[in-house]
Amino acid sequence: MADPILAFEDLTLGYDRHPAVHHLDGRIAPGTLLAIVGPNGGGKSTLLKGIAGRLAPLAGRIVNTFPHMAYMPQVGDLSRDFPVTVFDLALTGLCGRRGMFGRISRSERDRAIEAIGLVGLAGFEQRSIRTLSGGQLQRLLFARLMLQDAPLILLDEPFTAIDQRTIDDLLEIVARWHGEGRTILAVLHDLELVRRHFPETLLLARDPLGWGPTPAVLTPDRLETARQMAEAFDRSAAECHRAA
Amino acid sequence: MLYDLLLAPFVEFPFMRRALVGGLAISLAAAPIGVFLMLRRMSLIGDAMAHAILPGAALGFLIGGLSLGMMTLGGLVAGFGVAIASGFVSRTTLVKEDMALAAFYLVSLALGVTLISASRSNLDLLALLFGSILALDDPTLVLIVSVASATLIALALGYRGVVMECLDPGFAAGVTRFGWVFHFGFLTFVVLNLVAGFHALGTLLVVGIMMLPAGSARLWTDDVSTMIAIAIPMAMVANLVGLLGSYHLGMASGPAIILVAGLIYGGSLALGPHGIVRRYFPRRHLEA
Repeated sequence: MADPILAFEDLTLGYDRHPAVHHLDGRIAPGTLLAIVGPNGGGKSTLLKGIAGRLAPLAGRIVNTFPHMAYMPQVGDLSRDFPVTVFDLALTGLCGRRGMFGRISRSERDRAIEAIGLVGLAGFEQRSIRTLSGGQLQRLLFARLMLQDAPLILLDEPFTAIDQRTIDDLLEIVARWHGEGRTILAVLHDLELVRRHFPETLLLARDPLGWGPTPAVLTPDRLETARQMAEAFDRSAAECHRAA
Repeated sequence: MLYDLLLAPFVEFPFMRRALVGGLAISLAAAPIGVFLMLRRMSLIGDAMAHAILPGAALGFLIGGLSLGMMTLGGLVAGFGVAIASGFVSRTTLVKEDMALAAFYLVSLALGVTLISASRSNLDLLALLFGSILALDDPTLVLIVSVASATLIALALGYRGVVMECLDPGFAAGVTRFGWVFHFGFLTFVVLNLVAGFHALGTLLVVGIMMLPAGSARLWTDDVSTMIAIAIPMAMVANLVGLLGSYHLGMASGPAIILVAGLIYGGSLALGPHGIVRRYFPRRHLEA
């Protein structure tokens, strides 16, 4: 295996000492297109938060060899009633590379227009984001993500609230990123979609239940095991002393 | 007639000229600061900060008497102390920024009032609260103008960062490790403007020239830079009209300025495109 872009070493992430991701080990090679599936509360979003550095591990560690990443959280901090246009919000995607002072060039502005067109929002450039529907806003966040031009892309339920036609367009963009050698981790619930478009899958129900080629992971008995996961934290749980 | 009304007060009385210069300089910087406070939903933070600054300035007065330096220093120390402490608490604990700030400014206020009453001094609390814009001396004017200039330069340089921090703090934290610099830098200028402004308008009223024009401008436009461009002249008009009104009607100047700003806000609330009249008498909807 090539040098991994990301590695998890006996990683435990959680809240108030209760694990949401429990003892995860693994390596992600550059260029991987990985779906993360599992029940609610299974630790999928928590894992992405950990990778993005928003949540410190309870134990173990995450080795990130390329810290430049683009992260689309399930619930972001975006202030929806902030007076900003679609075009300007897309441009903020350039700030990772351009910084807070760098000049944004003519060609970068053209790229922003192009990205807005690719997510199907052409003609919306001067609209205030206040006027967008939930799905349109999600598409705009996708355009911003494209402009971030990151080698590692984390998507947390990126297709929620998006119509089928746009999902197909966005999947094409994901496939293109994959073709460009970017590493993509996407939390998804639509198993059919995962089977069709994602070569690798991690099945996570607090404990990792499977990680590998999608057909080998999404087997009926594994999915049944995931379904059995007790979602609520055990309030009387003892301290975990599992060896690494 | 018009001369008597508009120009004579400034031609005849140097203190009126100084008040106008000070007021215009405060408007230039405080109005854009207010726009960002409003956009961050921190409209009341200015008020909380002002309460935090008050005891610092009072303490400065107790130590150094009515000295610009000591009162400014006291205000700055109290303001920065509260800003830094609450920023630290909100970033390391579950307590949100508004609660963290509320806690520190209330303690600061109580501490200040305790110190003042224990010293039984002749501190003119009213001047501290509501300012003395008709008594600005040279050093105070220099302080006000310097703070205004520094604020405008800093806002121009940090514009993108401050907007990004308002718009999507989580995203800003992801693309730069220095999001907090813009946040604290911005709070620094909030404190600086409050401290510079309280000499003229008092610790409480200075918040008015910060927030009222910002709120007025919001009702006229959906664009941040246009909002700033509208808020500044609104604040300036409030200063000019407030000074003239107080002169001719024999009212206190500081409150008069804020009252005019309040009238502008009322007018915007009624007539602005995002205001009340448009809400109840909307134009016909479009075809697509």
